[in-house]
Amino acid sequence: MSKFTFPKSITSRPVYGTLEPREGSAHLMIADAEGAEAILDVATPEMMAKAHIIYIPKGEDFEDRLRALKPASFYAGPSYAAAQPRLHKFLADAKMGLQVYLAGTEGLIGQAQSAAMAAGIPHTAIQTEHRGSVARRMQCVHCKGITEDVETDPFVCSHCGLNLFVRDHYSRRLAAYQAVCIDAEDPGNVPEPKGIYE
Amino acid sequence: MTIQFNDETFRDDYSFHNSEWAIKRFPFPFHEDSYMYSVNMEQHRGGPDGSVFEKRFDVDEHYVSEMKDRALVLADDPLRCQSLPHMTLAGWDLLELIMVSKSEDYPDLFELHRDGNAWRWINKPLGIDHSFTFLDEATLPYGPMEYITRQAQGDFAVLDQRDDNLWMDAGMVTTQADWSLDFDIGMNFFEWHAPVPLAHEKGIFVRALKFLLNIQQGSPARRLNWTMTVNPLLDTSPENYHKWGIQKTTLTPENIGAKQHLRVELQTFFRLPRSNALVFPIRCYLCSFQDLMTVPKWGRRLHRVIRDLPDELATYKGFIDNRPLMLDYLSKFDDGLPTSPGIWPDLDVEPALQK
Repeated sequence: MSKFTFPKSITSRPVYGTLEPREGSAHLMIADAEGAEAILDVATPEMMAKAHIIYIPKGEDFEDRLRALKPASFYAGPSYAAAQPRLHKFLADAKMGLQVYLAGTEGLIGQAQSAAMAAGIPHTAIQTEHRGSVARRMQCVHCKGITEDVETDPFVCSHCGLNLFVRDHYSRRLAAYQAVCIDAEDPGNVPEPKGIYE
Repeated sequence: MTIQFNDETFRDDYSFHNSEWAIKRFPFPFHEDSYMYSVNMEQHRGGPDGSVFEKRFDVDEHYVSEMKDRALVLADDPLRCQSLPHMTLAGWDLLELIMVSKSEDYPDLFELHRDGNAWRWINKPLGIDHSFTFLDEATLPYGPMEYITRQAQGDFAVLDQRDDNLWMDAGMVTTQADWSLDFDIGMNFFEWHAPVPLAHEKGIFVRALKFLLNIQQGSPARRLNWTMTVNPLLDTSPENYHKWGIQKTTLTPENIGAKQHLRVELQTFFRLPRSNALVFPIRCYLCSFQDLMTVPKWGRRLHRVIRDLPDELATYKGFIDNRPLMLDYLSKFDDGLPTSPGIWPDLDVEPALQK
């Protein structure tokens, strides 16, 4: 089961939809892990003839099925960071009428959306669909370091080591949620970590 | 009048203090004996003589020391002042607004001499006499927004207006009630207010945005907001919360009167002429409980407001754990007598404490 219904939250928290095929001069599809399923669901032969897929498997086994869609180009990379130079080149070369499809974890969607918007792609041409892990990309408000794929609340900042709690406040510019010290008023009193939505 | 500027600190030994003059003009934020969110916006067109509402940008005895504290914060964390690339013109608008306002409102402290774009700015309290070319960034030591807000009390959020929304696209934020410019920059009005409880459901932000989008040049608006701060700490930033949060646990029945401060923001809103941006100065005033209690009406009222405040608000404002201690202290200053309407101290008409 790769779909998760997020609980109602505050207005800065992103909401995701369901990918649908659109008319476009080209289709850029970026996904990680189970995000591949959303691409498989939306793909049509007409779309694939003009589709460019960037995929980060994160240990999931969808690569062959995506290739079998016969997109105009296909790339599988070990991480979003590794895929970034290719993505930026693609966005820099993009023509009018490009449609962007983002699917997978919130961290992948947020970063790719931020890159696409920075490249001048109108937000109306970007669709998103969450699939797979509900882990979050978190920014430590204290040291500013980003910790990727945070699954528990609280967690330890991978940069400065503070114990942080997970907020729903989200920055599209940073493509990250805000994390704040949990034991500032009672040092050492850190609750047992739980899943973010438990 | 000539202001005597205090030499004081807002950190470490906390030598900050209010004179009797500053206490009497403190912008007490409660106009009745209870509090709930409201848009509470009014025109910013002066106010009673000597009040913090009288001038466009109030200058008081804390000016010089607040500017020193701002410089310390910026040296530690330059991300407290940021401006997205399209906001430079709004920065010049802001510089002009502040220089013109201060030189007109406080001619003994500030002078602005203009000959076309050749400007000379004299800031006597800070010892600045600077000639520069208006709209030429190369003639200033910082960007225009940073330059002028290093010389103006209060935080400044500069909001771009587009798509029927306001966007937090620039700011100078070193005296904030626990929000991060670095995190919120680029957000729209609803996004940066997202963490505030209760107010969204009440439609406060929809109405407030509608009001703000329609503010015209020359017709600024204002409102008060408030929270609580232990010790007169200006920099209650989330960035440094892991350092200052522990101070909230140092209150005792003996020290609460001196340590616990009511923190009031005088928020004003000005339309800027060239950029059509909106500048949102957020001026912070601090007053210790013991100084507030010298005004009997405020003593009675503060007790009632804090006692009856919904838990969500006390939690959001960060003093739910200290509320019992506060109420023990404040109840000694509430004799149950009625209070006069409005925020003013009314020392001549309100009776002294009857217990």
